[in-house]
Amino acid sequence: MDLSAISPTLLVASLMVASTPILLASIGELVVEKSGVLNLGVEGMMITGAICGFAAAVLTGSPMIGFVCAALGGATISLVFAVLTQYFLSNQVATGLALTLFGLGLSAMLGQSYVGIKPPTTYKLDLPLISDVPILGPILFSHDFTVYAALALVLGVWWFLKYTRRGLILRAVGESHDAAHALGYKVVRVRVLAIMFGGACAGLGGAALSLVRVPQWTEGMTAGSGWIALAIVVFASWKPERILLGAYLFGGVAVLQLNLQAAGVSIPVEYLSMSPYLITIIVLVAMSANRAKSALNAPAALGRVFHASR
Amino acid sequence: MKLRSILVGAALALTAASGSLAEKTKVGFVYVGPVGDGGWTYEHDQARKAVVAAFGDKVETMYVESVPEGPDSERVMTDMALKGADLIFTTSFGYMDPTINVAAKFPNVKFEHATGYKMADNVSIYSARFYEGRAVQGHIAGHMTKSNIVGYIGSFPIPEVIRGINAAYIHAKDVNPDVQFKIIWAYTWFDPTKEADAAKVLIEQGADVVLQHTDSTAPQAAAQAAGNVITFGQASDMSEYGPKPRVSSIIDNWAPYYIARTQAVMDGTWASTSTWDGIGAGMVGIGEITSAVPADVKASAEALLARLRDGSYHAFTGPVNKQDGSAWLARGETADDGTLLGMGFYVQGIDSEMPN
Repeated sequence: MDLSAISPTLLVASLMVASTPILLASIGELVVEKSGVLNLGVEGMMITGAICGFAAAVLTGSPMIGFVCAALGGATISLVFAVLTQYFLSNQVATGLALTLFGLGLSAMLGQSYVGIKPPTTYKLDLPLISDVPILGPILFSHDFTVYAALALVLGVWWFLKYTRRGLILRAVGESHDAAHALGYKVVRVRVLAIMFGGACAGLGGAALSLVRVPQWTEGMTAGSGWIALAIVVFASWKPERILLGAYLFGGVAVLQLNLQAAGVSIPVEYLSMSPYLITIIVLVAMSANRAKSALNAPAALGRVFHASR
Repeated sequence: MKLRSILVGAALALTAASGSLAEKTKVGFVYVGPVGDGGWTYEHDQARKAVVAAFGDKVETMYVESVPEGPDSERVMTDMALKGADLIFTTSFGYMDPTINVAAKFPNVKFEHATGYKMADNVSIYSARFYEGRAVQGHIAGHMTKSNIVGYIGSFPIPEVIRGINAAYIHAKDVNPDVQFKIIWAYTWFDPTKEADAAKVLIEQGADVVLQHTDSTAPQAAAQAAGNVITFGQASDMSEYGPKPRVSSIIDNWAPYYIARTQAVMDGTWASTSTWDGIGAGMVGIGEITSAVPADVKASAEALLARLRDGSYHAFTGPVNKQDGSAWLARGETADDGTLLGMGFYVQGIDSEMPN
């Protein structure tokens, strides 16, 4: 065992990269849930974004176009969910699950001819002097732009929800759609837009996986990150700043288990592999134990179908 | 009337179909990854294409890709056998028990299982001595590493993979006594995300050579992004990552074997056998050593390769001790195939514990 081989600086730097896909997906899902919609299709939207982004980047040679297409792809497939749940008033849980299965199948089909192809390299920040500063350089100034984009998005969502009028409307819709409707706000329109934003974010998260973190395309490559993103939203009790904490915690455990293994720590790998999921369960149990407090945070209209009867 | 004519038509079609089937030899292939993985499955599929090219109309092949190891593979094999396959190649270690089970149900269908050790009257086993290639890789790795840390991405702790680690370590240590191996088990044959993460972690912990026993090119991409790291192509040449990071490779060449076995089925001479060929027989190929390797290292690697090829040197030649320090091979003694096939221990010097 040689723990000194694990460099804390590099560990932090790589956990930031490793958690970016789930960070993007979960901040999007947070906005969706804040508007009172529970979309369980994050996994499906992520993987759709992963293949749309990958295909577009390979075809055009530009990772930027890839990311744009990933966001569009994620938003488009989320529109299916939006139409079904908002206009046809279908059950959100069932529709979300169907969206995940649909997304996994669709992406596998779209991706048939993209297996084993190298995508173009994504631009990475490399400032001549600043990136070489010890400790801070690798952590803050040497990532690809998705890491910064994700952080900016978290900040933006926090500001939007807390300080803007539109953010307030979105929260009002999520807390009580009947009251928001009575005040004259377009509940369905707000929710459709929120769902599409969530889809776009999940799509970006998928592309961060297929274009930056791996970078390659394989069927089912999201491997459950969409579900982790959903868990993080609950873990963060619907607060943007805690999303960041949750995502880095989950990403950190995943990176740490590989680091410990390489350092020769003789903990059975199975325990380390399941630890992120175990933490999810523990957090969910801990949260539901304190029902009054967690219920206070959850949007009151979460998962409820809205039908303007008057 | 109408129904009857349909039935007659169907019966006629069936007879016609089975008539044409009788002339063709049907060969099935069960793959563990996608044919586009650029590694293990890709090479098996190349060999399948070689079978088609060799026999043309006389053979019909079918394959199913990305079949999970375990019970689901049994369903795929059964399906192939029911579709009239005469010969089925099951190309991953984890298909071993399913192959034996299905073979018992279809005594007239011949099965060929790769890299396993269980045989039956209608089940042959075949594998390649990849460890010979690993010896060459270890030799180059020992010479090339500056940090003296070599990273190794293992798939599952099974004899085939452990042999590779040991062979690479022995030959790296031979040329560089300070070399140290860091091993990560990915517990998958093909998962680019995991493989990429594992490669990145190894590189972060100082490895400047990454060996992989998993099938995707993701570790190659990670090494390329990291810069000063070298890798070796696994199962396939992976030359698109040359001349650096990929400095050489182990290439599996199954085509001659697949063609010979298909021929044997056609001739009715097929018998259950155990085949384990190496560099000498051409089943294991070593990809071109690129310009990133200094000329003297390349020359000594090729000398080692030549000795492995003509059989004058065995990749496991004593003195070699086991990890716990107990003696395994005395000076000049070479390992017997039985021990190699069931290898479940590291050799002395590897500073890592094997998972159970």
